[in-house]
Amino acid sequence: MDMRIELVPGLVLKNPVLSAAGTFGTGREFQPYGDLASLGAVVMHGVSLRPSGGAPQPRIVETESGILSAVGTPNLGVRHFVERELPGLPWSDVPFIPSLWATNVDDFSELSSILSKEEAVAAMEVNLDCPNDHRDGRKFCLNPVTAARAVNAVKREASGKPVIAKISPQAIDIAEVARAVEAAGADIIACSGSVPGAAVDLADRRFSLGSIEGRLSGPAVKPVALWCIRQFAGIVHIPIIGMGGVRSASDVLEFMLVGAAAVAVGSANFSDPGLIFRNVEEPPALCAELGIDDLSSFRGGLVG
Amino acid sequence: MTTPIRTELSVADIVPFGQPLPGRDSRYGFYALTLEKPEWKSWQPGQFIMLRPSEGRGRMLARPFPICRVTSQSLVLFFEVSDPGTEELSRLKSGDGVIVWGPLGNGFVMDSERPALLLAYGSGIAPFAGYADMHPAPERLSMVFGHRAPNSCYPTDAMASRMYMEDVLDRTEKEREMFRRSMLSKLEECGEAGGVCLACGPMWFMSWVWENAGRLGVPAQLALSSRISCGIGACLGCSTLTSSHWPDEACAGLPVQTCTSGPVFWASEIDLSEYAAERSS
Ligand SMILES: Cc1cc2nc3c(=O)[nH]c(=O)nc-3n(C[C@H](O)[C@H](O)[C@H](O)COP(=O)(O)O)c2cc1C
Ligand code: FES
Repeated sequence: MDMRIELVPGLVLKNPVLSAAGTFGTGREFQPYGDLASLGAVVMHGVSLRPSGGAPQPRIVETESGILSAVGTPNLGVRHFVERELPGLPWSDVPFIPSLWATNVDDFSELSSILSKEEAVAAMEVNLDCPNDHRDGRKFCLNPVTAARAVNAVKREASGKPVIAKISPQAIDIAEVARAVEAAGADIIACSGSVPGAAVDLADRRFSLGSIEGRLSGPAVKPVALWCIRQFAGIVHIPIIGMGGVRSASDVLEFMLVGAAAVAVGSANFSDPGLIFRNVEEPPALCAELGIDDLSSFRGGLVG
Repeated sequence: MTTPIRTELSVADIVPFGQPLPGRDSRYGFYALTLEKPEWKSWQPGQFIMLRPSEGRGRMLARPFPICRVTSQSLVLFFEVSDPGTEELSRLKSGDGVIVWGPLGNGFVMDSERPALLLAYGSGIAPFAGYADMHPAPERLSMVFGHRAPNSCYPTDAMASRMYMEDVLDRTEKEREMFRRSMLSKLEECGEAGGVCLACGPMWFMSWVWENAGRLGVPAQLALSSRISCGIGACLGCSTLTSSHWPDEACAGLPVQTCTSGPVFWASEIDLSEYAAERSS
C-alpha cells in the first residue's frame, strides 16, 4: 500500500508518521533505535534566537493521566543549532523541521530568515504556544490576530520553505485561529499542542513543576486533539498534522479519519524509543485488516 | 562509547532485600532484579539503562537504573521502591517481559594504577558492585557506604569481600556526623595518595561530595541520575549545570543534559553549588 503523501508541493513524506516538536531531540538521539529515513519527517526540538537555559526543575512529572511538562525550550540558540546541530543530519533521506520558539514577531522573523537559508531545513514549524512579550506574556495561539502575525513573520522570511502553524486547544475558538493562520500564509496546520495543567506534591505541599504551570500530554489529550481537528478540518484548505496521545497504529488511523494528512508521535517517544518506528511499520497491516486500500479516500472519511 | 540498543527481555528473578516493610504484607523496600542478558557489545560501570514493563498501557515513563552487574547469563539491577513506578516494578515476576534500552551515558574511570575511593549512599551502591567485579586491582579500592535502612537491605556481600569497606548507619544526627567524618578522612587520604574519588547517591550527598572533594582538591567523578525521564537526550527534563571548566566552551556555565553528558561527571566540570546551599540552609 502506498503510504506516501505530498503535504505541500516539495514536501513529500514517505509515510504519514512523524515526530512531534520537543519530543525527539534533533532526531540523532533516536538513531540507535530505528531508521530515521523510514519516518515521514523529523520535527525537531525548539530553537530560539538566543541561548536559553530552560525552565527551573522539576521540568517533567508523571501524573495518572499523562506527562506534565514545562521544560522551557533549553537550547544553545539558533547559531549553535545551524553550526553544530544541523550538520551531519541525514536530511536528504528524511525532511528535518525545526520548531521555532520566540516571544515577539521580530525574533520569529529573524529565526526564519536564518533557518530558511539552511539546506538541511525542509520546513519550519511555528510554536504558537510561546508567550508574547507585547501582550503581557499571553500566548500567541490564544488569539487569531497574534497567531496570524507570528505565522506571517515566519512566512515572509521563509524563502519558499513550507511553514507549519502549531495551534493549541487553549484558543477560545480554534477554528478562527486555524482560519487566521491559513490566511497569514501557513502551508500546514499542526494540532494539537498540549493542554495546560498543574500537579501537586502532597508531601511537600508544593506544585510539582518548578514553573508551576505545565503542559499535559499523552493519552489523556487524544480526545481533546481529535475534537480540535474536527473544529476546523472542513474549514481550512491546507493539510493538517494531527497529534496528541498517539501511541499505536490505530491512533494514527483515527487522526487520519478525522482529517489529518499526517500524524505525529510526541511524549510516547519518551516511554519507548522504538515506538515511533513501529508506528511506521504497523499501519499498512492494520489498513489491510480494516479493508482500507487507499489512504487518500480514507482520510477525513468519517461517516457519522 | 557503545551504541545503546532497545530490547525486550524477560525477568529471570526478583529477590527482595532486607525485611518486609512494617504493615505492608510482604512488600519490601529493596529489590535485586535479574534479567536475561542483553546483547550488548560492552558496558561500563556508571552507565545506566531505562526500564519499563512490557505489558499494558500503565504508567508512561520508564525508570533509570544504574547497571549493577552483568554476568555471563544476566543483567542485574538493584533498586529501592521510591515511587509508584518502582512499586510497579517490584511486582514483576520471573518470566514477565520488560523493555530495556541501554547501556546509556558514560561510566566511571577505571585505572589499575590509581587508588579509588568509592563513596556510596543507599541504593547508590548499585553501580559499585559491577565496578568492584571488573576492577583489575581491587586492592586499590576502598569504600565508605552510608545508609538509613539496615545493612541487609543492600547488596554489599560481594563488594565487602573484594575491597576495604566502611559501613556507616545514618539515622541520627550523631551517625551522620560520623559518616561525614569517615568520608572526610578517607577523602584526605585519597588526595594524599594521588587517588580518585567516585560517588553515587542522592543529590544532597552528591553535593556534599562535590563541595568537599573540590575543597580538598581531590579529583572526583559523580554519578547523577535525578530527573531522568527518557534517558536519551530527547525530553530535556534532566539538567546539570556546568562550570567554567566544562570542555565544550559553548556550554560552559550552562545546563547540559544529565543523561547524555553524564550521568558520570567530573566534579570540577559541574556546578552543584545550588544544591550545596540548599543542603546547608
Ligand atoms: C517535554 C515536551 C517538550 C515539548 N516541546 C515542544 C516544543 O518545543 N514545541 C512545540 O511546538 N511543542 C512541544 N511539545 C508538545 C508536543 O509537540 C505535542 O504537541 C504534545 O506533547 C501532544 O502530543 P503527545 O500527547 O503525543 O505528547 C512538547 C511536549 C513535551 C512533552
Ligand atoms: S532524561 Fe530526557 S533528556 Fe535526559
